[in-house]
Amino acid sequence: MTVSLEKAIGHSQHGTLLSRLMNQQVFWVFIAAALGCISLTLVTDTFATERNLFNVTRNFAFVGIIAIGMTTVIASGGIDLSVGASVVLSAVVIGVAMSSGLGFWPSALLALGASLLVGFVNGIVIAYLGIPPFVVTLGMLSLARSLALVLSNNRMIYEFGPDHDLLLALGGGNVLGIPNPLIVMVVLALVMSFVFRWTRWGQYVFAIGGNENAATLTGIAVQRTKVTIYMFSSFTAGVAGILMVGWLGSVTTNLGTAMELTVIAAAVIGGANLAGGEGTVLGAVVGALLIEVIRNSLILLGISTFWQGAFIGTFIVVAVAFERIRALRGQD
Amino acid sequence: MERLRLEGVGKHFGAIRALDDVSLTLAGGEVLGLMGDNGAGKSTLVKIIAGNFRPSHGSIYLEGETCDFHRPRDAQRSGIEVVYQDLALCDNMSAASNVFLGRELKKSFGPVRIIDYRSMHRKAGELFAQLKSETRPRDLVRRMSGGQRQAVAIARTLLAEPRVVLMDEPTAAISVRQVAEVLELIRRLRDRGISVLLISHRMPDVFSVCDRIAVLRRGELVADMLTETTSPEEVTGLITGAIDSIQRVPA
Ligand SMILES: Nc1ncnc2c1ncn2[C@@H]1O[C@H](COP(=O)(O)OP(=O)(O)OP(=O)(O)O)[C@@H](O)[C@H]1O
Ligand SMILES: [Mg+2]
Repeated sequence: MTVSLEKAIGHSQHGTLLSRLMNQQVFWVFIAAALGCISLTLVTDTFATERNLFNVTRNFAFVGIIAIGMTTVIASGGIDLSVGASVVLSAVVIGVAMSSGLGFWPSALLALGASLLVGFVNGIVIAYLGIPPFVVTLGMLSLARSLALVLSNNRMIYEFGPDHDLLLALGGGNVLGIPNPLIVMVVLALVMSFVFRWTRWGQYVFAIGGNENAATLTGIAVQRTKVTIYMFSSFTAGVAGILMVGWLGSVTTNLGTAMELTVIAAAVIGGANLAGGEGTVLGAVVGALLIEVIRNSLILLGISTFWQGAFIGTFIVVAVAFERIRALRGQD
Repeated sequence: MERLRLEGVGKHFGAIRALDDVSLTLAGGEVLGLMGDNGAGKSTLVKIIAGNFRPSHGSIYLEGETCDFHRPRDAQRSGIEVVYQDLALCDNMSAASNVFLGRELKKSFGPVRIIDYRSMHRKAGELFAQLKSETRPRDLVRRMSGGQRQAVAIARTLLAEPRVVLMDEPTAAISVRQVAEVLELIRRLRDRGISVLLISHRMPDVFSVCDRIAVLRRGELVADMLTETTSPEEVTGLITGAIDSIQRVPA
């Protein structure tokens, strides 16, 4: 009796390590990205150069950072179309603040505050007024981008006051050869992997995405949790916005345009389920990696970047089809 | 020994009268069957007792004390647990996580408090064993049979020592063998002195486990009687309205 109880408690549905791995979408996406890297190294002599890798990893980091926020939203059964607009708003706020003479840290706080406010408004309208996230964040996309235009008066900002060098060093610099944005992404990924698995908030994200009604009936503060989820998503966009300004050395108002699509693609390719309840931080990161590898390979191979959409689009559909097939197999 | 008492409970949603002046008592260790047609107000009554809705009229007493629940958590704290009609389970999570949903066990991890999966798996495993169910704590609910899902929903009610368990159609969507399992689970609750309010459309289930049967029709309580004093035919008549109303419980 006690033996069988121990067995039941210890029982895991998953098989061996290998079969578990093979069953993970993330694993296959990673293989695809790795194969891409290897063949690019063999075929071109431009891929494995320090300069190119530096660019690839940094681009990848920006998408990866926001994809972690997006995966959280998608896992909770929502969507956030306003992240690209949050990026530009955060960038414009820090740009305007710093060029008017404010130091880096207070300006960064203002920029993060602006993006958190975007998420707060999204969350309140979605959670308390019950308007679908698609609609709310689509509206916010337009609103936040327009605010950025108003704030900057559509001027390009390239002088950032007393802390100019610090800003550029943060976004464009590196530590021991690792680009700073990549370090930020890795830290965020580690923290959020922990949060997803080991905290109530993380569990509630998945509970809400799995069955919102059940989450409400069991007494989870669904509405409040949703507000924090959208705030987190905007926060990641705000952080990426600040780093992007530092990297580019200037703010233009087309920053982050259509970025929401790339980020959603990264999350979905990495296994986030648009129906809610599923998604991993590792998946978001690996999805972002694959997208950047595709983008970079087209450039290096001299293929028109107009093809980028075709490749990414195909990968999205393949990734979701893969998930469907796996789900169907899992049913018997 | 009276456990739960409703006095003149009513609920309206805008113009819809879902419940009208319902008075009912439930003794300790008693199983009361609540029957009624679709839309009769059964789920609404459960949700009022469980703190999901506040009643528009009337009051609820638990062991003589007035209850004023604002949230499900309030009812849980007083020892009222619910198995909801749609079970309220998250398919994407494990059995143990579902059992503890909203009441996760925690442990210290340096400066932070994290979820204690090991204890949750252990406790959930013990509950399933108590219920003599083969459900395993780590399994995903998505891959479970209807009976196992019921066991998860019922195990959840046993986390804190409950005084009243409300069950909304626990046998609606499962196979015959699984129905027998669930009825066994209900008897186990009763043997532990827990009062059970069982909502069901299935006459045989109600007649096999319930001590008393009450009938709701269009929001009104039209019958309250001991099981041995009635018959499935009579109850059917009460549900449809062919029989007007019967009160047959000694006050
Ligand atoms: N949240 C709500 N808002 C508005 N009306 C509601 C709400 N919940 C229930 N109702 C209405 O109250 C009435 C009673 O519904 P209830 O769900 O309690 O019925 P029921 O007896 O559980 O039916 P079933 O057997 O179908 O589960 C119905 O007319 C229903 O439409
Ligand atoms: Mg009902």
